[in-house]
Amino acid sequence: MEKFTRITAVAAPLLRINIDTDAIIPSREMKTVGKTGLAAGLFANWRYRTPGSRDEAPDFVLNREPYRHARILLAGANFGCGSSREHAVWALHEWGIRAIIAPSFGAIFAGNCVRNGILPVVLDNAVVEDLARQVEGDASSPPLTVDLVERTVTAPDGARHAFAINDTDREMLLEGLDGIAHTLKRDDAILAFQAQDRLRRPWIYL
Amino acid sequence: MPAFVCCYIVVVAKTLIDKLWDEHLVADLGDGGSLLYIDRIFLHERTGSVALKELAAAGRRVRNPEQVFCTMDHIVDTFPGRGDTTRVPGGTDFITQTRAAARAAGITLFDIGGDDQGIVHVVSPEQGIALPGVSLVCPDSHTCTLGGLGALAWGIGSTEAEHALATKTLVVRKPRNMRVRFDGRLAPGVTAKDMILALIGAHTAGGGVGYAIEFAGEAVRSLPVEARLTLCNMGVEFGAWTVVVPPDDTTFEYVRGRPYAPRGETWDRAVERWRALRSDDDARFDAEISLDCAHLAPQVTWGTSPQHEAGIDGVVPDPAGQADANRRRSMERALEYMGLQPGTRLRGLPIQAAFIGSCTNSRLSDLRAAAAILQGRKVASGVRAICVPGSTRVKRAAEQEGIDRIFREAGFEWRESGCSMCFYAGGESFGFEERVVSSTNRNFENRQGPRTRTHLASPATVAASAIAGHLADVRQLAR
Ligand code: SF4
Repeated sequence: MEKFTRITAVAAPLLRINIDTDAIIPSREMKTVGKTGLAAGLFANWRYRTPGSRDEAPDFVLNREPYRHARILLAGANFGCGSSREHAVWALHEWGIRAIIAPSFGAIFAGNCVRNGILPVVLDNAVVEDLARQVEGDASSPPLTVDLVERTVTAPDGARHAFAINDTDREMLLEGLDGIAHTLKRDDAILAFQAQDRLRRPWIYL
Repeated sequence: MPAFVCCYIVVVAKTLIDKLWDEHLVADLGDGGSLLYIDRIFLHERTGSVALKELAAAGRRVRNPEQVFCTMDHIVDTFPGRGDTTRVPGGTDFITQTRAAARAAGITLFDIGGDDQGIVHVVSPEQGIALPGVSLVCPDSHTCTLGGLGALAWGIGSTEAEHALATKTLVVRKPRNMRVRFDGRLAPGVTAKDMILALIGAHTAGGGVGYAIEFAGEAVRSLPVEARLTLCNMGVEFGAWTVVVPPDDTTFEYVRGRPYAPRGETWDRAVERWRALRSDDDARFDAEISLDCAHLAPQVTWGTSPQHEAGIDGVVPDPAGQADANRRRSMERALEYMGLQPGTRLRGLPIQAAFIGSCTNSRLSDLRAAAAILQGRKVASGVRAICVPGSTRVKRAAEQEGIDRIFREAGFEWRESGCSMCFYAGGESFGFEERVVSSTNRNFENRQGPRTRTHLASPATVAASAIAGHLADVRQLAR
């Protein structure tokens, strides 16, 4: 997994609430059993004029300069709610997004981000709206800095906003950890649990 | 220092979720993280296939394949006589690769054409794979459905599914505890679907974010198990990490005798243990809310989030009256998408299609409720009506009772089991700007088709609306 430490990049504002994973990657854009080839389908229903086409809708934020080069997304509350499809995260990553800043996230989506090198940052709605105003106000769209080491977001106006993240997720992102290998270090504990549990709840063990 | 030391055993009152959590705790990882033991894993051909494939590619094995199950529901089509071909681009690959990967991994597959195939969250309780007290995960967001049996069940991504398959555990952070009390008894014509829509409407689609929620109260206790599954199904639409109903005698009677349920002496031991799965009387919750169900009307959505909903006798609300700017914008956008004006009465809104199916409302009791409305009546002309039973077993049981005949004679299509037009399964969609009344769980933009306008409702309300040709109040049709 790709590591995340710190980025300074263009941020695209997409401040709708309840943006669901069907919107992030529509079902009809998930065409192969795999994690790749999904960037073209990202936000397809909004990004293109007609479903299934590749005819860009000029108003959609990711089709506009300089947001075409965004690596940070500013979003409304409950971003990534809905379907568990990890393809939503794979599509965002392949398109270039590395951090998403929103007042809250769908739980499965946030977990999927952390496992794929995307940092989900939770900041107050007022702060997210202020950041959006700053990146929209100027045609050149001054960049934001998202720093996982310091756990801060630095706005174009210089204001620094601290965010909280739990140690496990932070370590996973900073180190680009393989979760399975990490857990298997505790294999003894897992086997011991199973041995005891077989006696306690034999009906579980088919 | 005192001359002698007393030992205290501090008994901390626990919630049901606490108990389920502790029962599966392998290791405390600090900082709120837990390594939880996963009893059962369910996969389907759309997101499970990636997990199996990637796991094999990494040279890893499924740890306990006898605890892992897979079904075909999301890509497979639901036309009679179906096979591996589907209209989903690349869909056949999903089906054949899932089959091959399942075989290689040695897991149980409920395949197309088999007696036990069906929608994942319909199959797992039906088979007794989901049981009270088990931890069960699936790379599918509606896994919380199984909380209706008293299981600790939640949706995960494909990478987490790989982790669960390889290690039999997941790293999880414990959510906060919430209890939702559904008070009173439902009036005739009002169902579990109406309860959950009303809850989301009152507290928003993000109202449960960060919480594991216990559904309690008289209205929940008096629901049969299938209705509890409906109630819990939409826990994720409330933003909850998961939801759970305390198991009781109703649950045990439902579970008894199912293919993977315990038997004989083990059954007695299991039930004894399951009886302890309830919150202690003095357990404390981080949040508690309640909802009066005695005066609830049948509910229907008018917008593009489950929180955009109202009673069937209500009207499309005016965004101008919404103080919160974000919610106001979301309402405005929804009205534009749905082609609706504020103040329009919901009852009477013309529809072009009606759909009964999905893991929310496609079990035998749902089909019976719809059939009771449809019997001896006809779907209005110009309305395309489709019924997709939740599993092959449900379909056959319904056919035994003659329910299929009632549906067909009313003018409904009667399909094979699968997710179908809940989203895009089989590559099928409803039409452009078509207005659909649907027993599913998501009225998101474009979910059921390009610019399709979905109104969520109970199966009975869908049936009543199909007959009327517009959104209808089932209470006026009930016999
Ligand atoms: S029926 Fe719909 S919501 Fe349920 S699992 Fe299938 S696609 Fe998901």
